[in-house]
This record gives sequence, C-alpha cells and structure tokens, in this order.
Amino acid sequence: MRKTKRFAALALTASLFVVAACGDDEEEGTPTTAAASETTAAATETTAAATETTAAAATDTTAAAEEPAEAASVGLLFDVTGRGDKSFNDAAAAGLDQAVAEFGVSASESTPTGDGDRAERLNLLVDDGNELVIGVGFLWGDAITAGAAENAETSFAIIDSVIDAPNVASLIFAENEGSFLVGVAAGLKSQTGKVGFIGGVENDLIRNFEVGFTAGVLAANPDAEVLVQYISQPPDFSGFNDPAKGKEIAAAMYADGADIVYSAAGGSGLGAFEAAKEAGAPGEVWAIGVDSDQYNLVSADLQPYILTSMLKKVDVAVYETIKAFNEGNFQAGVQLFNLESGGVGYSTSGGFVDDIAAQIDEFAAQIIAGEIEVPSASS
Amino acid sequence: MFKRIANALTAPLLAAAVAIAVSSFALWVSGNSPFTAFSEMWQTIDSTESVVVIINAAVPFYVAGVAVAIGFQMNLFNIGANGQYQLAALFAAAAGAAVSLPAPVHVAFVLLVAIVVGGLWAAIAGVLKVTRNVNEVISTIMLNYIAIGLSAFLVAEYFRNEAVNLVAETKPLPPSAQLPALNRLLEVVGIDLGEGVILQGFLPFAIAIGIGYYLLLYRSRFGYDLRLSGLNPAAAQSAGVRPRAMVLKTIILSGCIAGLVGMSDLMADPQYHKYGDQFPKTLGFTGLALALLGRNHPGGIAAAALVWATIERATQRLSIIGIPQEIGTILQGSFLLAAVIVYEVIRRRNNERTAQEASARAAQSAPPPGPPGPPGGPAGDARPIGAV
Repeated sequence: MRKTKRFAALALTASLFVVAACGDDEEEGTPTTAAASETTAAATETTAAATETTAAAATDTTAAAEEPAEAASVGLLFDVTGRGDKSFNDAAAAGLDQAVAEFGVSASESTPTGDGDRAERLNLLVDDGNELVIGVGFLWGDAITAGAAENAETSFAIIDSVIDAPNVASLIFAENEGSFLVGVAAGLKSQTGKVGFIGGVENDLIRNFEVGFTAGVLAANPDAEVLVQYISQPPDFSGFNDPAKGKEIAAAMYADGADIVYSAAGGSGLGAFEAAKEAGAPGEVWAIGVDSDQYNLVSADLQPYILTSMLKKVDVAVYETIKAFNEGNFQAGVQLFNLESGGVGYSTSGGFVDDIAAQIDEFAAQIIAGEIEVPSASS
Repeated sequence: MFKRIANALTAPLLAAAVAIAVSSFALWVSGNSPFTAFSEMWQTIDSTESVVVIINAAVPFYVAGVAVAIGFQMNLFNIGANGQYQLAALFAAAAGAAVSLPAPVHVAFVLLVAIVVGGLWAAIAGVLKVTRNVNEVISTIMLNYIAIGLSAFLVAEYFRNEAVNLVAETKPLPPSAQLPALNRLLEVVGIDLGEGVILQGFLPFAIAIGIGYYLLLYRSRFGYDLRLSGLNPAAAQSAGVRPRAMVLKTIILSGCIAGLVGMSDLMADPQYHKYGDQFPKTLGFTGLALALLGRNHPGGIAAAALVWATIERATQRLSIIGIPQEIGTILQGSFLLAAVIVYEVIRRRNNERTAQEASARAAQSAPPPGPPGPPGGPAGDARPIGAV
C-alpha cells in the first residue's frame, strides 16, 4: 500500500514536469520558425535602414562620430506565455515585428517562466547592449523600476503601468473609452436589455474595462442591466488563462437572460465565445472580444458570434515607441493611447455592427471632443 | 567508503546523461541544433554574475526542498508547502510593514511570523489526519487553493498598499526588516562582484536551516523517532513513539520551514520586500522535486537546488537567440525522472545483494537449508521516499 502510494507520487511529480514541458513546447513550435524567417527579413532590411541613417547622420557630424550608423537594438520582455497567446503578447510581438521589418532594428525577446526571474532576464537584455527595453504588461513594474534606476543609460518602456523615472516611457491605454464604444454596440443590439461583463482578474486595470463598458451600455440604453463577474482576484492571475471558467460564467449569464457578453479576460474569453455558441443561434446571442480583432483569430464556427472587439492597440504602442526611439525622439513619461490618438477602438470585422456604426462613431466623436467624459476605475 | 561515494555519484551522473540525451533529441526534432543550445547555455552560466544569480535562486529552492523532505522522512507528503509559504509571506510582509522595531529584532519578528503562519496552516492538515484520518496529500492540495484564495482576498481587502495603483500588494518592509546584501562579506575574502550584482542576504539563514535539519533529523532523539516512524511505523510504536503526535509534529515542523521559503525573496531581494502580484508563485512545488532528487539529505537537496537553479539560469538566454527555452523544463523533468528510476534500480540491486549475502551467511552457519525467506523482505519496502 505504502509502496503504491510512493510510486504514484513519484510518477505524478515526474509526469507533471514532462507534461508541462511538452505543453509549452508545442506552443513555442510555430512562433520560432516565424521568428527565424523574420530574422532573415530583418537582415535584408538592415542595409536599407543603414543607408538612411547615414544620410541622416551626415547633417549632424558629431552624432555620426559617436554612434555607428546602424539601427537601434531593442529588447522585448513578454509576459508569461509569451508569443503565441493570440492576445496581448502576440499584439506586442506584432508591433515588434513591424518595427523590425520597417526599420531593421535588431530585436531580442525574453519570456519569464514564473519564479522570480524577471530582474535577471531584464539584466541580460541590458547587458547585451539593447538600448531600448520594453516590458509587456504591468507585472514588469517592479523589475523595470529597479532596472531603470540601475541602468540610467538604457531607455525603458512599460505597457499598462506607470513608472515615474527619467528613462521610462509608461504606455497606458484608455481601455474605458474603447470599452464604452463596444458597450454602446451592446446596448443598441441587445434584445433582452441584459448584457454581461466578464473580467479576467479584478484589479484596477480590468475594472477600467468594466466601468467604460457599463457606461457605454447605459448611454445607448438607459434601462439596460449589466451583469458583472470576475474570474479571479489578484494575486491569483489564473483568470486571464482559464477558458473553462470563462465558459461557465458566460453560460450562466446567457441562461440568466443576457444576450451579449463582453469578456476582458485574455485567454479565458475563448470559453465565453464557446458558451455563446451553445447558448443560441447566430444573431440571437453575441460575444464581444477584447484587445485584438478576435473575429480574425477564432475558428469559423465561432465567428458569427463575435459582434465586435474592443481594440487595444498594444502593437501600435510598441511600434510607435520603437519608431520614436530609432529616430532619436524617445520620450519618457506617461503616453496615453486613447480614442483620439487611435490607441483604442472597436472592430467591424464580420459586418455585424455596420447598421449601428454611425451611432457608435457619433459617440466616439463626442468622446474625442470632450463632450462625453467616460468614467474610469480610478475616478 | 569509496564505494559509497561512487554509488552516490553514479545516479546523478547517469540521470544527467539521460536528461541531456532526451533534451538534445527534443531540440533536434524541433529543428534546433543541440550543440548551439548547450554551448549558449554554458556561455550563459560561465560568469561570476551567473554564479551569484544561481545561488540567489537556489536559496528559496533549498528551503522548500528541506521543508518537503522533513515530511518525506516519515512518508508524509506535504504537497501544501506552496500554500503555506504564500500565506506565511503575506502575513510576514503585512506584519513586518506594520510595526517599527530595531533591525535585528525586526528581522527576527518577520521570520517568527512566517514560521508561525506556515506551521499553523500546515497544522490544519495534521489535525485532519490524526483526528479524521484524512489523507494529507488530498488535504494539503486542497489547502493550497484555499491559501491562494485567502491571500488574494486578504491582500485586496485588508493589507493593500493604497499608494500603488493597478497592482494589489502589501506595503514594503521597512529597511530595518530587510536583509542586506552579502557583497561586503565577499569583498573581505577578495571577491568583488561589481555594480548591479548582489548576493542576497538570506543565504546564511538557508545554510543554518540545512544544518539545523541535519542535527535535528540525524543527531537528536526526535529525529531518530521521526525517521524510525518512516522506516517502520510498527517498530516505532512498540519502541514507545506515539504515532499520532509524531505525525502532527512532523507536519507542523514541515509547515514552519515552508513558511520560510518566501523569506529570501521578501527580505533579501531588493525587487520585492513586499508580497503581491509579482511574488514567486510555485516555489513549494519545486521543493517536492528537489527533496526527491536530493533524497531528503541536506547536502543532496543543496546540490539538487543548485542544479535546478543552474538549468533555469542557463536557459534564460535561449529565447534571445530563438531557441525555445522550454528545453529547460524538459531538462529538469527528464533529469528528475531518470534520477528517480536510477535510485530505485540501485535500491533494488542493493536489496537483492543484501538478501543474497544474508542467505549465504545463513547457509554457512546453519548447514541444513530451510525454506529461504522472500528476497528483499518487507523492511526494504518501508523505506521513506528517496532514501536508499
């Protein structure tokens, strides 16, 4: 008996490691080859970019003497899971890839594994001579705060967090404004007058989505009711990657009479899409995506359910930051990506909101003009 | 003596060979060059900075390994070290930030809170086991989830640092509760780490935990009783050990040490000094693997922790050059699996040899051969996990 128990435990522990390894490896498979082909693309671009830089440097001889005529080197620190998450990290990766292709910057990537290796990974990128290091996600906050203080010569950027340091650009988004617009869409499209919001993790960042969404729904339909549910509480971040829970919660909301559910929950949102498919026919129930245009990311059987997606253009933020740095225009401090600057918005893929697009755009114009002030989690 | 050392080294070396072979194969199948990967890994760890990074990472691993090993010594599976250290770190951080004390007392206070909270949380599983006979594997796994939920709730509702937006975390520990870096000490012996590299200050505590563990387990009455209970519960009971009290004490002791797992990061890592979103999450589970690898021996666990930390460090640069860093997890997993299998093979062979020698002696001393007993015998099977 005891022997069986011991072996069971050994086998369990060992197989956990192997399974974990296999799972991660599969995800990594395709992006690696993609990255490899990008590297070659970058190599061809480098020559073009190099000539440009020389031309620019010719006007400023002192700069030319100090700096070799080559594009910047950029380090990108992903959040856990890294490339291949079809959401937040992939958006950042897309921005990086675009910058590599257009400016020939040399790029290094690093993905943390969990147990406190963030500072070490940041230091490796700095030691490699990367002049700009970008942290994707607010969980890089502590590491970049410390790293920026130690490496005054290096420029840093962080997404979704504010760090007050002379060499850090804080790239934050007006998620409430984008969510307001998809809220308007939900308010106009809902037949039952009841819509749902699923948040991945209940922190200020995700609450910002909720507050904006609710305001948008009520602006379009003052009598509507918004059901709100979060998947996990910090410091438990499983809510961003728990499709089963997302599906469960969404199913309960549809059963409760909601006909549109907006999930701001990273990978858990896929579960909500599946719940929509099981809850009713296309056109009867809807789901709203987040961050990327998720209509283009899900399988064909789910597409008819994706009413729209709240676009949070992390790729634009990453791209613009690298572009500015490469041109010597890097700016520290808070940079807000909102409706006005095109940093957030809503998607029209599928054509399901074409009939109400004019009304949504009307609200967008009012927000940009300052006639509507969208509430935020901190206000 | 020489044979013993050779025996002890065979298993890890063999396991390392298997691990390298398996991961090379995985690299080759996925279209990467094993040679490039391993030479990059070697280059990554071949620097003073890397050695320091490895030691810093190995310290919490080691404490976690020891915490789990205490239970293993008497066949108790404390899967709950993860929940125990998280809750302990939360309370230690919150309590440490709430009081103002002179430095040494403050440090002792934070450590004490961590020990007490870790022990109390583990005691739940202990009480359930001795009163209701609830299997500690199940209860500690369940208690992990409760601990995560509870700590999330407590951070958000009671211990939150209101000065920080977006992230839920406790207030930082004041400097009097922080452990200073050991760079000064190293300078005395002529090692200058340079700027930006620090040897974190929890290392002496981890060494003390290892020595304390050795003295308690191998040089004290309590440790003898504990190991005897693991080897042969019936014999222990007839020798006067009260099994239920022993179970309770062992689980609580395991939890107390588990409470200290997070203290290296909390008190000695300048990045943290607080408990929150970014605090390491899975050290307790790593401890399970390390106790197995190190065969519950204080030295063995230390070696295992260093190997583990070395692999983690070695793979940190792989993604930069476009090789999947998950190869590190494959290395660790196949190393663990191979080591466990090799240990078991060696143990069985030794058992067989002992049985043969015994029956040979019996045949010599008592010429009329009786029916031989079963080879190996039940005593061999009752050994605690990992022991040979």
